[in-house]
Amino acid sequence: MALSKNQQLLSKIATNDRHGENSPYFDGWKAYDKNPYHPIDNPEGVIQMGLAENQLCFDLIQKWIRRNPKASICTAEGVHEFKNIAIFQDYNGFKEFRQAVANFMGKARGGRVTFDPTRIVMSGGATGANETVMFCLANPGDAFLVPSPCYPAFDRDCGWRTGVQLIPVNCDSSNNFLITKAALEAAYERAQQDHINVKGLIIANPSNPLGTVLDRDTLRSLVSFINEKKIHLVSDEIYAASVFSTPSFVSVSEIIEEMECDRDLIHIVYSLSKDMGLPGFRVGIVYSYNDAVVNCGRKMSSFGLVSSQTQHLLASMLSDNEFVDNFLKENSKRLAKRHSMFTKGLEKVGIACLKSSAGLFVWMDLRRLLKEQTLESEMNLWRVIINEVKLNVSPGSSFHCSEPGWFRVCFANMDDDTVEVALERIRVFVEKQQVKSKRKFQNNLNLKLSYTPRRYDESVMSPHMMSPRSPLVRART
Amino acid sequence: MTRPRPRTPESESETRNPTGGGATAMRLIVPLQGVVQGRGGLILGSLIPCALFYFFQLYLKRHRSPKPGSNPTSPSQSSSNLPDLQRSSSRSNLSSRGSIGPVQVSSRASSIARPNDSPYYIGLDRVSEDPYHRLDNPNGIIQLGLSENRLCFDLIEKWLSENTKDSVMGRDGGDLSISGIAPYQPSDGLVEFKVAMADFMSQVMGRAVSFDPSQMVLTAGATPALEILCFCLADPGNAFLVPTPYYPGFDRDMKWRTGVELIPVHCRSTDNFIISITALDQAFNQTRKRGIKVRGILISNPSNPVGNLLPRETLYNLLDFAREKNIHIVSDEIFAGSMYGSEEFVSMAEILDMEDIDKNRIHIVYGLSKDLALPGFRVGVIYSFNESVLVAAKKLTRFSSISAPTQRLLISMVSDTRFIQEYIETNKKRIREMHDLFVEGLKQLGIKCAQSCAGLYCWADMSGLISSYSEKGELELWDKLLNIAKINVTPGSACHCIEPGWFRCCFTTLSQEDVVIVIERIRKVAETCKISS
Repeated sequence: MALSKNQQLLSKIATNDRHGENSPYFDGWKAYDKNPYHPIDNPEGVIQMGLAENQLCFDLIQKWIRRNPKASICTAEGVHEFKNIAIFQDYNGFKEFRQAVANFMGKARGGRVTFDPTRIVMSGGATGANETVMFCLANPGDAFLVPSPCYPAFDRDCGWRTGVQLIPVNCDSSNNFLITKAALEAAYERAQQDHINVKGLIIANPSNPLGTVLDRDTLRSLVSFINEKKIHLVSDEIYAASVFSTPSFVSVSEIIEEMECDRDLIHIVYSLSKDMGLPGFRVGIVYSYNDAVVNCGRKMSSFGLVSSQTQHLLASMLSDNEFVDNFLKENSKRLAKRHSMFTKGLEKVGIACLKSSAGLFVWMDLRRLLKEQTLESEMNLWRVIINEVKLNVSPGSSFHCSEPGWFRVCFANMDDDTVEVALERIRVFVEKQQVKSKRKFQNNLNLKLSYTPRRYDESVMSPHMMSPRSPLVRART
Repeated sequence: MTRPRPRTPESESETRNPTGGGATAMRLIVPLQGVVQGRGGLILGSLIPCALFYFFQLYLKRHRSPKPGSNPTSPSQSSSNLPDLQRSSSRSNLSSRGSIGPVQVSSRASSIARPNDSPYYIGLDRVSEDPYHRLDNPNGIIQLGLSENRLCFDLIEKWLSENTKDSVMGRDGGDLSISGIAPYQPSDGLVEFKVAMADFMSQVMGRAVSFDPSQMVLTAGATPALEILCFCLADPGNAFLVPTPYYPGFDRDMKWRTGVELIPVHCRSTDNFIISITALDQAFNQTRKRGIKVRGILISNPSNPVGNLLPRETLYNLLDFAREKNIHIVSDEIFAGSMYGSEEFVSMAEILDMEDIDKNRIHIVYGLSKDLALPGFRVGVIYSFNESVLVAAKKLTRFSSISAPTQRLLISMVSDTRFIQEYIETNKKRIREMHDLFVEGLKQLGIKCAQSCAGLYCWADMSGLISSYSEKGELELWDKLLNIAKINVTPGSACHCIEPGWFRCCFTTLSQEDVVIVIERIRKVAETCKISS
C-alpha cells in the first residue's frame, strides 16, 4: 500500500505535528542515544544534560523499600495482599494512597497547607494530569495563556488531543524573566481582539526551565488577574519539593487561604516524577478546588490510572512520616550541593546562570558567546555544544524563549564525577571561544563554525528512549 | 417627495450597540418598516420594528455570557451574528460556551460531571454502597454486573510465594537496585515486557498464531488502548460501526473525549447475535447518507456481553467488507484466554497470517484484566499491522504508560510458560464449572441463556418475566432485580441490545454457595413476575 494512502487511513491527530517530537529539543536526544557517555566504556560520549531527572536520592528510596518488604506484594511478607490489590480498579484509587499523597503534598509545602484526599485525582503522570485538566476546562479552539520560557511539552500535553491552543506571554531577562500583570493583560487583550477565547492561565511554579519560584506578590497578582477575568489558573507544581535555597516556594494553595478568590478557578497539577525521582512509576495528580473538575477528572482517570501495585507501595512509603521528613530534607540538601558545585564551576569560566532556588537544572546565559543575538545564532551554538563539546543541553528557543542565548542544563541525573567532566568540557570550550574571538577581533575574520545541519528525524526522541541500562543510570551518586 | 429620515429610536439604539446585532436588526427592520408603512403609516412602521428590536436586544443582553467580543473563530463554527445564544452540542467539536455562570468548565466536563444515568453504572454504584458479604452483610446486593474473575487467585498467589523477590526492585547487576524501576522508561513499554506479552498472547490463543513484539504498543489498561486507537483512526464527528449488544464501556472509551460516534449494528438472537454483513452494509449506507464518515468497525471477539465467538467465515466477510469500504477493523480480543467451551478461538491475527492481504487496517486490543485477572495493574495492548498507527500510538502512550515496577513484576510471571499453561487450563475448568452451575440454575427457573463458550458471564433471556416487551419493561425487571432480589445484573438496553429482556450475568466473582443464593433470589422475583403477568 502506498504511503500516502496509508496516511489517509489515519486521523488528523495521528498525522499532525502537535506531538512536538520534531522540535530541536528532541534532536539532542538523538546525539546522546547514538553516543552516550560512559566514564569507562565511552569517555568521549555525549553527556545527557537535557533530561530533568532526579537521581540524587535513589539510595534513600532503595533503603526504604528493602526495609519494608510488606509494601511490595511480590515478597513473602506482602503476597497475602495480592488478591485485593490485583482486582482493584476503582477510579477513586485506594483511600490510603490518596491520603498518603495528600500528606506528602502538604509536607512538601512545609505543612503550611493541608490537602483534602477526596480531591486527589490520578492520571498518567503529570503529562496525563495536564491533559486531563485541559479536557475538563477548555473546549477545542479555546486558549490558555502560558508565561514563556516554558516546558516544551506543554504544547503536546495541553493541546494535542484537546484542541486547546497555548498563547505564550513572553518574559525576558530585563526583569529576570518575572511575569508581570501588565504582560498578562496585554496578551489577554490581544487574544480578545483576535477573537480567541482565553479560558485560563497555566503556570509552572517552580518554573521549568528557569528554576525560579514565584514570589508572594506575583502570585497574588496572578490570582487577582484570573479572578478578575473569571478564567482558570492551573499551577503545575511538579518541582514543589525540589527547592534547595531561598527564596522558598509558595504554593497557590497557600495564596488562596490569604486572599479572596473564587476557588472554582484554582487547579494544581502534581506528580512524583521529579520530587521523588520516580518517573517510571507514572504517578500524576490533579488537585482541583472545583467539584465539577474533580468529578470529571476522576472519571477520566480511567485512561491513566496508577497501577494498584504502585498505589499500594506508595501508600505505605508516603505515610511513613519519618521517611518523608528525612527525604525532603536530604533531597534539598543534595540538590543545593549539586547546584552550587555546578554554578560555581560555571562561574569560574565566566558563565552566569539565572539565580534560582529550585528545579533540577539551571538557566545558563550564553548570550555573549553568540555571534549575533538571533535564533539562528543560538541554534548554531547549540549544535556546536552537542557535536563538539558533546553535552546535550536544551536551547532556549525550544522553551519558546524570545531572547536568544539561554540554555537549560540539567544537573541532577548524574554523579559528581560526570559533573566534573562536563564542567571541564565547558571550560575548554569557553577558552577556545575566547581565543577565537580574540583572533576574530584582531583579524576581523568571519568565523564559520563547521557543522552540518541535522535533519530532524521522525524517530522518537523523548526521555523515555533512555534505556535503564544506560551507563549514566548505573553511575553511583 | 422624499421625507427627511426621522430620527427613530432604533437607529439610536443601533449606534449604542457595539456588536454585529445592529446589522441583523437592520435586515429585519427595513423590510418590516416597508411592509407596515403600507398599512399603519410611519408610526406603526417605526413602532413595531422598534419594539421588536428592543425586545431582541433585551434577549441578547440576558443571554450574553460574561465575556465581551464575538465568536471565536474555529473551523467547525458557522458564521453567525448571534454569538451568545446557547448551543447544546452532542459533539465536542462545536465550540460552546458551556453553562451560563461565572465559572465555566468545558462542555465535556459539564456533561460528564452529571451523575451516571446508565443502569450499568447505577448498578455498580449501588453495589458499592451496599455490597453483599456472606457473614457481615448477607442482605447486601450481590455483584453480577462486573466482569471480574476471582476464581484463580490462589494459583497466582502460589506462584508469587514460590517466586518471591526481596522487594519490588529487580536485581540489576547483582544488587537490589532501583534503577530498573525508577527512571524514565519507554512510554510504550519495556522491550522485555513486550516480548513476554507477545508470547503470552500467543500461548493464550492456543499457539495458533504468533505475535511480533515490535508491532505492539503497551498501555495502562485496555481502556486507554481503545481510546488511543480511536484517536489515531478517526477525527471528531467520524463514526465506528459496532455490532450490538456491546460492552457499555465502549460508549465512554470510544466516544467521550474523541468526539467519535458509535453506530449500532443490531444483531438478533436468531443468529445467536452474530453480525450479518447485510445489516453492516445497511448501517454503513445509512450513516453515510447522514453525512457521517465511517472510519471502521469495532468488534469484540470473544463477544461481550454474549460470550460467543465469531466464526472464521464471519471474520473473512468482515475483512472483505472493510477492504471494500476502505475502513479499519478494531478487534477487542480481551477475553481470548477466558474460553471454557470446546469451540476454537480464531484471532484476527490468525486470519491475516493465512492470507496475503492488506493488513494496514487491522488492529487488535488486548489486556491482562480478564484473562489473568489483574485489572488493578493496568496492562493493555495495542497490536497493529499498520506502521503509521504504531508510530502515532506510541507517542500517545505518554499519557497512559504502564508503571515500571508493575512491568518488572509481571515479566517473570507472564514468561513462565509452564505456569501460564497450568493457569489457562485450570481457569478454563473453573469458569466452565461455574458457568454450568449458573446456567443450569437459571434453566430451572425457565430462563434460557444464549449459546456461549467464552467470557466471564452468560447472556440470559428473561423476556418471559417482563410485563411489557419493551425497554421499559426490561428496566422495570432490572429495577426489581436490583432492589428486591438485590442482585446487580446488566440489562440489555445498557448494551444497546435491540431485543428487550436480555441480561448479562457475571458469575466469576461468585462462589458455588453464592450461586445457589442468587438463583433463589431470582426465583422469588420470577414468581412475583409470573403472578402479576
